Amino acid sequence: MSGAIGQRVPLVDGIEKVTGRAQYTADLDSRDALVGRILRSPVSHGRILRIDTAKAEALPGVTAVITGDDCALTFGVIPIAMNEYPMARGKVRYRGEPIAAVAAEDAAIAARALDLIEVEIEELPACYTPAESRAPGATLLHDDKPGNLERDVHHVFGDVSAGFAEADLVREDSFDCAEINHAQMEPHAALAEYDSTRDRLTLHSVSQVPFYVHLMLARCLEMDSSQIRVVKPFVGGGFGARTETLNFEIIVALLARKVGGKVMMRLTREETFLTHRGRPATQVDLKIGMTRSGKITAVECEAVMAGGGYAGYGLVTILYAGALLHGIYDVPNVKYDGYRVYTNAPPCGAMRGHGTVDVRHAFECLLDRMARELGLDPFTVRRANLLSAPMFTANGLMVNSYGLDECLDKVEQASGWAARKGNLPPGRGLGMACSHYVSGAAKPVHWTGEPHAVVSMKLDFDGSVTVLTGASDIGQGSTTIVALAASEILGIGLNRIRTVTNDSVITPKDNGSYSSRVTFMVGNAAIEAAKAMRAKLVAAAAKKLEVDPDDIECEGETFFVHGASQSVLPFQDVVIAALAEEGTITVKGTFSTPVEAQGGKHRGGAVGSTMGFSYGAQVVEVEIDPDTCAISVEKVWVALDCGFAINPLAVEGQIEGSVWMGMGQGLSEETHYIDGLPAHANLTDYRFPTIADSPPIEVHIVESIDPLGPFGAKEAGEGALSGFPPALVNALADALGMDVDFLPVTPDRVLEALTKFRRANRRKEAAE
Amino acid sequence: MKRIVSLEINGRTVEEIVPDNMLLVDLLRDRQGLTGTKQGCDGGECGACTVLVDGRPRLSCIALVAGCDGKRIETIEGQAKGGHLSALQRAFHENLGAQCGFCTPGMILAAEGLLRDNPAPDEDEIRVALGGNLCRCTGYVKIIESVQVAAAEMRS
Repeated sequence: MSGAIGQRVPLVDGIEKVTGRAQYTADLDSRDALVGRILRSPVSHGRILRIDTAKAEALPGVTAVITGDDCALTFGVIPIAMNEYPMARGKVRYRGEPIAAVAAEDAAIAARALDLIEVEIEELPACYTPAESRAPGATLLHDDKPGNLERDVHHVFGDVSAGFAEADLVREDSFDCAEINHAQMEPHAALAEYDSTRDRLTLHSVSQVPFYVHLMLARCLEMDSSQIRVVKPFVGGGFGARTETLNFEIIVALLARKVGGKVMMRLTREETFLTHRGRPATQVDLKIGMTRSGKITAVECEAVMAGGGYAGYGLVTILYAGALLHGIYDVPNVKYDGYRVYTNAPPCGAMRGHGTVDVRHAFECLLDRMARELGLDPFTVRRANLLSAPMFTANGLMVNSYGLDECLDKVEQASGWAARKGNLPPGRGLGMACSHYVSGAAKPVHWTGEPHAVVSMKLDFDGSVTVLTGASDIGQGSTTIVALAASEILGIGLNRIRTVTNDSVITPKDNGSYSSRVTFMVGNAAIEAAKAMRAKLVAAAAKKLEVDPDDIECEGETFFVHGASQSVLPFQDVVIAALAEEGTITVKGTFSTPVEAQGGKHRGGAVGSTMGFSYGAQVVEVEIDPDTCAISVEKVWVALDCGFAINPLAVEGQIEGSVWMGMGQGLSEETHYIDGLPAHANLTDYRFPTIADSPPIEVHIVESIDPLGPFGAKEAGEGALSGFPPALVNALADALGMDVDFLPVTPDRVLEALTKFRRANRRKEAAE
Repeated sequence: MKRIVSLEINGRTVEEIVPDNMLLVDLLRDRQGLTGTKQGCDGGECGACTVLVDGRPRLSCIALVAGCDGKRIETIEGQAKGGHLSALQRAFHENLGAQCGFCTPGMILAAEGLLRDNPAPDEDEIRVALGGNLCRCTGYVKIIESVQVAAAEMRS
């Protein structure tokens, strides 16, 4: 170890961010570009009878108008479930769905042109909830999807009835979790340039997975993928919103090709909300069986998700929910039924903690309630069900490292749980919960057999190392991880390393930033590349010093012969010696997942499979105003087993951010539609916590050293999120003596529930 | 209607002919190329466009250029002096006050406005001063730490 890792290191691209030099997509020079705008459906569900663009096309300053007629090919993230057109064809299925687009000289002309497009739509009955969509006789959103069911999943592991028969307590509760949105700070934007003389397309966009965009552009524009270049500039957050290719990315490319030039499309915040792909509204019915000592004997769960108008990521989300429901604990008997239902709303998709958050919420709340009934401490119940690594879960997920027990110890002690739980003043409460998340999908949705990650490195005459990666840094610090891995293995300073990222003509393909895959997979690929480069340097030094390569040692940026410290070569001399052999040195490293990591053999068994899970525990302290039910989170203690903290500063930042995002979902966030009209499509009504509402978050890092992780590391950016909402609701139960079954716990909802609860208690007392 | 305005932007005097309804953020981004000032919402909700106008934090997405005639505008591009980061820039960088970085310019300028008025703010004063600046990455923990580190450095 050369000491580059395990240190608190600022982001390698941080200077650009604090000086304003970082260029995000909307900042790119677009003085010579046309302005692209999208016309959107005014109704939730309808048949398109007529679109007349003649008046818009005739408007001076308008260069192009396109509609669904300009692209008859669907796009989507799941190869077997692509049922969405860039612009609607035949039918519209949600308010705000793109139906046409214009390119014009400026924004004002583009806006006028949208007004001049005549659209006639025959409105159809709309379904806004899974119950409406699944009702007999409901109007179908897609003709080939009876019952408006996108996907149902039915998994059974072990013997569930035997498990429940062994239980001393069986309890079943139902939980409602509202739909939420990523609300990343940067609104969507894309800049497309079409070179008509060469028939080539360049797209700059906000993508987390530029290679998906590349594939979908090739498909929808029917272009050879070699004629497309996709570049990802700085990205202002993603949280899953930009994992899938998004409609505007294809629309702007279609416009650019039609005008034979450059088109900039900057979506408003409202349009960014309409593009959605957030976490679906989910109802979770959960039944757990438990022995008197707190051991879980069986779990039965039904999850119903309102997916919106198109498939998107839906089948993965509903599979994830089942796969991650129980595998954090030792649960031998599990039954899961999941239903992903189409509704007339913007399509849902992947959001931080994809698939796991709402089922984890239900699970951790129910564990607490059962602990209470059995007179057990919440920590005791969790400890009664720990895994012991290495092992495979009931559904075939590989677990090689497991630091949940240590996480529990840390937050129990740090929060003063033993002394304070149950002894707080009225209106105050403590709650806890556990959570986990994958470090990348061991089998990706676009399965081609390629390695999951490739990192290239170049070393040249100037003694600088250039690391090339297609991994998308969206603020999580992944570029820094790659640089640190190179620095550590090569034993050179970070200042000698430059990173080049996310340009399809330069950087190797990467599967992108989703499911917390980058540190584990790209980190390992970077280590392998750096080792290959180091081997060349060591061989050159050995040749020059006329010794065996095994006798060469490195310290700092010098190479010397073991035991003969007078034979020393500085880095630059070794570089020149190595270049003398073969010229500029280029190497690459790859990472592939072993087959045993790729999940169970059952249908859908690959979803949830990973090289390693992070594990977390947290304690939340709340105060609730007895009159207004305004809830204030006073403090959070969180511990996360991230395997090894390659950059503890960034790990802390990721844990704080994910806990806080869980707090937003728990306390206040929900998209809200009135007859399909988005009512929260702005940053005032879509309420996430401000700095004034946000508590101190005390982070404890647990390092279980995963045997396959890069330097032992696993993911750190998602695992802590899903612990917050249940810890919050458990803390509320402690403060109020009342359980709530809904998210978010807004004051109006809690007040209503509390009023009912108190009334019922008074009736009960009167009756006694 | 158009008018001629004269502003001092990051210490440089700028004269521009602008429509009466032109917003300061558009002048900065589109005419001056100062794209460090970000736009994160459809108007007045997120704080990403915060700049200093005569030393005070203002939302450039709801400020008319016409109203800024003769005023002194400071953006993120003007914070580093002589190649040296400002105390806040350095503190945000070193303490991970910036993750994706999109809210960062506005956050730094709101904090700069605070520290000029109040060189030793307590935590609550920092929370109040930055209450209109949204961040979606950090949970604000390291933003508060960054402001505290910068304030201490500026005092010493």
